Amino acid sequence: MSQYIIRRLLIAIPTLLVISFVVFAVLALAPGDPMAQFAKNPAVPQEVRDRMRTQLGLDQPWPIRYVRWLGAVGKGDFGFSFSTKGPVTNLIWQRLPQTIQVVGLAYIIAILLAIPIGIVSAVKQYSIFDQVATIFSFIGFSVPSFFTGLLLMLVFAINFKWFPIVYSSTIEINSLATLGQQARQMVLPITVLVVQQTAALTRFMRSSMLDTLPLDYVRTARAKGLADIAVVMRHVLTNSLIPVVTLIALGIPTIFAGAIITENLYRVNGLGQLLITSINNSDTPVVMALTFIFAFLTVLFNLVADIMYGVLDPRVRYS
Amino acid sequence: MSQANPAFEPEATSTAAAIEQMKLGVSRKQRTLLGDAWRRFRKHRLAMIGSFILIFLIVAVLIGPTVYTQVRIAQAAAAGTPLPKNDQNFRSLMEQLDFLAILSPPSAMHPFGTDDLGRDQLARALFGGRISLLVGVVAMLIAVGVGTVVGVTAGFIGGLADNLLMRLTDLFLSLPQLPLLLLTVYLFREKVTGIFGPENGIFLIVVVMVGGLAWMSTARVVRATALSIKQKEYIEAATCLGIRRPAIMARHLLPNAISPIIVAATLEIGNAIISESTLSFLGIGFPPDTPTWGRLVTDGSQYLQAAPHLAIIPGALIFITVLSINFIGDGLRDALDPRSRL
Repeated sequence: MSQYIIRRLLIAIPTLLVISFVVFAVLALAPGDPMAQFAKNPAVPQEVRDRMRTQLGLDQPWPIRYVRWLGAVGKGDFGFSFSTKGPVTNLIWQRLPQTIQVVGLAYIIAILLAIPIGIVSAVKQYSIFDQVATIFSFIGFSVPSFFTGLLLMLVFAINFKWFPIVYSSTIEINSLATLGQQARQMVLPITVLVVQQTAALTRFMRSSMLDTLPLDYVRTARAKGLADIAVVMRHVLTNSLIPVVTLIALGIPTIFAGAIITENLYRVNGLGQLLITSINNSDTPVVMALTFIFAFLTVLFNLVADIMYGVLDPRVRYS
Repeated sequence: MSQANPAFEPEATSTAAAIEQMKLGVSRKQRTLLGDAWRRFRKHRLAMIGSFILIFLIVAVLIGPTVYTQVRIAQAAAAGTPLPKNDQNFRSLMEQLDFLAILSPPSAMHPFGTDDLGRDQLARALFGGRISLLVGVVAMLIAVGVGTVVGVTAGFIGGLADNLLMRLTDLFLSLPQLPLLLLTVYLFREKVTGIFGPENGIFLIVVVMVGGLAWMSTARVVRATALSIKQKEYIEAATCLGIRRPAIMARHLLPNAISPIIVAATLEIGNAIISESTLSFLGIGFPPDTPTWGRLVTDGSQYLQAAPHLAIIPGALIFITVLSINFIGDGLRDALDPRSRL
């Protein structure tokens, strides 16, 4: 087991290196100059610009810049943002809590909804409940999340005025009233993510249950006289959860990507919004850091999923 | 007939009767794989509804602009309002401004209402639909094409090629899709639009990037199918006959792997349409004067309070299209599975 984990880790490291290289190369080979914003400024003469290039290391060829960047990232240093002039790490630590709050809560709610719905859908296959759940999950993954977001905004924020339209990041939670305010403004962004995630997870749960239900040991459990609920909960559910749990781990990076859309729609000042503003500002260090973090999350949770699968399913052999 | 040799008569009738008897209970028409698939597909109600909606939308965006231009010209003639005389094509109709009817709700004159410059939204939605659907189809062709080549090569040749290609697939699966898509489209758009023009350039880069980041699932499915087909006797027979590998791949492997490819292709169109509209929504997509459905939603979202139809209608069009495609994909998955033969 530990040998397997070590081997998987050893595969993950070159994957991360290659991804960081790809992202760096994309940024380095792209037309356009990170110093372009100074080029427009007549107050910055050519020699000052050249000196800044040297200071930032931009006069070096890009493979050397990549190695330098990698060395710095290894020490946890993502460089300085072009637009705020502050360290990128500070910027990310500022934004991270908002994203984690929204994304984390949304994912937990989605899991809590999807598992029971999936179970009932599978146990009562082709029932009205199953058909309605199927149609809803099809709707859930066919609707673009910005459209769900706009609809919810229109109905609940504009027409009913139940929730604020724009997320305010200045609320400090120090009383029950501010906690309520914070909770209210989080409802809509979370719902958008929940709709999308629940749809996919319900389908996985259902099909995994359907794979397990006709197995022999389930029939044995019924034959020895166990109650229906005990068979489903103890024998079917535990075994069908194995692939679902790994899929839940695999889904974490996607929900972060989904946050890019919701955060931009509701003006949640999280990582997703930071990415879009940085792309529009040509703020290369921030874009590079964020893309790398998203890639890191993907690789990390792939690894977690693989290891969890092995831990949960004793049939998996590491050879 | 009565003059014919009577000795042969009973013989002849009994043969005819025997043939009749053999025909009993057997359908007259030959059953084919496609025919069976079609029969099963017809039974999938949601997939049939999806097909009708999708065909309607495709026909609408194909011939709609021509028809709608004529309708508008006739309407304008009846109302006595002037239309741009020199250039009465669809594009100019689409971009015709009408400051007397800004942000007007859907009406007989403007079935989808008008936007903040008084432009007719139906015309823009019809034009945008062409681009959105075309992006979906072309991106799908790229994704499925790359995926099929990678999958068949990896599965059929095996060995080192398989190992390398699957590592590559894993690598692509680890790439952060949306951030990378945003980044590449944003960074390379000026250069590409400089070469191919603003509309074609963006189209090209969006399609290549969306397709280029979506081929992995197809590759995996095709590889798995290729691995199982490779073991079959008919492949062995073909190898014994001295048929070359590329020919075996094209003649024996691909036709048998076609069902998972078709299903993946269908679902890929839907994904590509969503990806394109997401790009447009985040402001990193087609230029503002090219109204794709995603772009229309973005523009409309500014007037959500005053004119909700501006964002809702194109958004609903994306949603209905993708939903229909997903239903069709589900129906095809059931229909093309030979194990579910009726």
